[in-house]
Amino acid sequence: MSSSDGPDTKPLLELRGVTKSFGGLRVIDHLDLHVDEGEIVSVIGPNGAGKTTLFNLITGVYTPDAGEILLGGESITGIAPHKITNRGIARTFQNLRLFLNMTVRENVMASQYGRTRATVFESILLLPRARREEKEIKARAEERLSFFGQRLTGYRWDQPAYSLSYANRRRLEIARAMATQPQILLLDEPAAGMNPAETHEITELIGEIRRDGYTILVIEHDMHVVEGISDRVIALDHGAKIAEGSFDTVATSEQVVEAYLGIKGAKEAAAEDE
Amino acid sequence: MSSSSQPPYEDPRDESAPPDEPRVGVDSWVATHEGRREQAAGISGRIRDWWRRTPPAGRLLVFLIPAIIFPLVSNSGNIYRYGILTLIYALLAYGLTIVVGFAGLLDLGYIAFFGFGAYAYGYLASQHTGHHWHAEIALPVVVVASAVLGIILGSPSLRLLGDYLAIVTLFFGQAFVIFVNNANRIDFPFFGQVDLTGGAQGLEGVDPLNFFGYKVSTNKGYFYVAVIMLVVIVTMLHLVNHSRTGRAWRALREDPLAAEVLSIPVNRLKILAFAFGAAVAGLIGCLYSSIQTLDAPGDYSVGLLITIYAIVILGGAGSLSGVIIAALIVNGVPELLRNPSNGRYVFYVGLILVLWYFLKTWQRLLIVLGGTLVFGWVLYGISSLVWDRGTSGRPVVDPETGSNWLSTAISHWMLTPTDRTQIANWAFFGLVILIMIATLVRGWWQVVVLIPTVWIAAFAWENLLFTPDQINGPTRLLLLGTVLVVLMNARPQGLFGTRQVEIV
Repeated sequence: MSSSDGPDTKPLLELRGVTKSFGGLRVIDHLDLHVDEGEIVSVIGPNGAGKTTLFNLITGVYTPDAGEILLGGESITGIAPHKITNRGIARTFQNLRLFLNMTVRENVMASQYGRTRATVFESILLLPRARREEKEIKARAEERLSFFGQRLTGYRWDQPAYSLSYANRRRLEIARAMATQPQILLLDEPAAGMNPAETHEITELIGEIRRDGYTILVIEHDMHVVEGISDRVIALDHGAKIAEGSFDTVATSEQVVEAYLGIKGAKEAAAEDE
Repeated sequence: MSSSSQPPYEDPRDESAPPDEPRVGVDSWVATHEGRREQAAGISGRIRDWWRRTPPAGRLLVFLIPAIIFPLVSNSGNIYRYGILTLIYALLAYGLTIVVGFAGLLDLGYIAFFGFGAYAYGYLASQHTGHHWHAEIALPVVVVASAVLGIILGSPSLRLLGDYLAIVTLFFGQAFVIFVNNANRIDFPFFGQVDLTGGAQGLEGVDPLNFFGYKVSTNKGYFYVAVIMLVVIVTMLHLVNHSRTGRAWRALREDPLAAEVLSIPVNRLKILAFAFGAAVAGLIGCLYSSIQTLDAPGDYSVGLLITIYAIVILGGAGSLSGVIIAALIVNGVPELLRNPSNGRYVFYVGLILVLWYFLKTWQRLLIVLGGTLVFGWVLYGISSLVWDRGTSGRPVVDPETGSNWLSTAISHWMLTPTDRTQIANWAFFGLVILIMIATLVRGWWQVVVLIPTVWIAAFAWENLLFTPDQINGPTRLLLLGTVLVVLMNARPQGLFGTRQVEIV
């Protein structure tokens, strides 16, 4: 896959009028959104704006009440999450969801289920296909893990995931998502809980992932990260898009400031600027 | 952002000089922390370490060699009581390991699949129905049928999680027992009344396993059949566990949502786990039914389910080698205790082990044991001077085994009143109080309190629990329960289990 930044690129991921309510609460409200191939798009917004729900809708964990979600022009609305992953969407979770009692390598190998075909009987009888696939996904897992330098390689491969530090768990989750070889990677607050040095590193890492040809949709609260990585920023509030564009456009948008600080706060902020 | 500021920790990406010995506090040192701690844990740590380095085939041999020798040096009754029953428990626990240990589904209807296998074999090969299928055909048919039943039960259970799944499957297990109890008078259209299961009397006259005309007829033969099944199933489980399917099972046990989002079809794999567990249970059902030559409804009750769960949990959920050890303990300990003089050894050895675990140092253990001995002698001496009846009752000696060194020693140490039952009941009450006090006080006070506690425990044992009417009933179960509690306290993750981390 190669990234092309022409203006005529077709959207890789597209949401058309997607709506989702929980009871009476409309969490996502007629949201239109698109991500082009090779782009890094950031989603920002105050807590409860519907960012994580958006991710859950895209990955099929929730089914939208209305609207349509398209991947590469094909509808993926209402498909089971594991099938959506096979179509090429991978994600990480805001509050880490690693398989803590499995080893680091197994965590990544487990994500290869959809990319392997050997039946359970082939595995028991050690038939050629099972052995070949096993070798392949082991190599792929190790290759993905070495993306993070020495941190997740060597002796780490056979360590249980719970023995990892917080930052390394985040890295492992990203490695696991990348190993499914997605067309688009959804990162839910990759810098949450990281110290400044690690945050800086994550920013560089996301750039590196993009150079590898991934398209990325990221939720992030750290504005330095958002500024550092985004081609485009989308601001959500109460499930609706309130601003879209470059980081500077969105960051200075009156509505965004208002959503974060309230009307009074926005006025005060404006007064301070003058 | 202040990216120029120096991070306050070692940068693990510093690739210039990877040290041979991980420095204290550095990444890789922290990572191997658990391993070092396990290693430091004395003899048991060394055994575990050695066990971990042994390849899987070698581990299997460690069990296989004694298993092959055992029937050659044992009599038929012991082969059945210690060998075959342990193997059947272990085999059932392996089937449950798939469902509970790997996939993490709380299936309380598991024994029904075992019963289904037994009755299905009984239906295909017994005098009851008049069919006499060979085992090489009957076994695969029953296994497939059990797997299909597993799928049928698994499908509606898909949306149920945790407790709800447990309730539905428990209902299925109970329904099965009621069904076989009553399925001797079902009215079918066109066929009339059919006797499927023999009802409460059970299905009688089940054929022995007949492989290509060779009939397995002795306990020794069945023992080897069970060993072969065990080897096949353990190998199979080991291979599955390290395949994509096994990894997917464990992944969905850890976090079903993450598994689903990582391309694992969670629902299909749950059903697969159900079907696999059911197939194994069905196979063991065939074996069991042919050994018993009878399918009795009472054999497939909740009691057996609890035993099998105890084995899986004691062995360490998901651990393959733990299951065999746990099955040996759960089946072996009560069988050993059937002989009263064994019971006495088990009690005193267990008592010393508990004390050692509780006190942690050899010095204190010796002080407590020595103190208890002196305390006993002093009491015995005083009693023989002022209260004759306190020493006139003899300790219970089994007429078959007679007296041995231990019973002789005890009869010169322990008070054994003639009218012992009432005194012993009060002693039991005092024991509970003393144990409570012993857990509350600390330091040397604890040692002081423990001396009468141990003595009164021995008193209650000799005068109440170790009496002929108790030893084969409650005492056996009480001791088994104590053994289990101690083992589970010592290793909460199971004997061979790895510590399951939920949230860190």
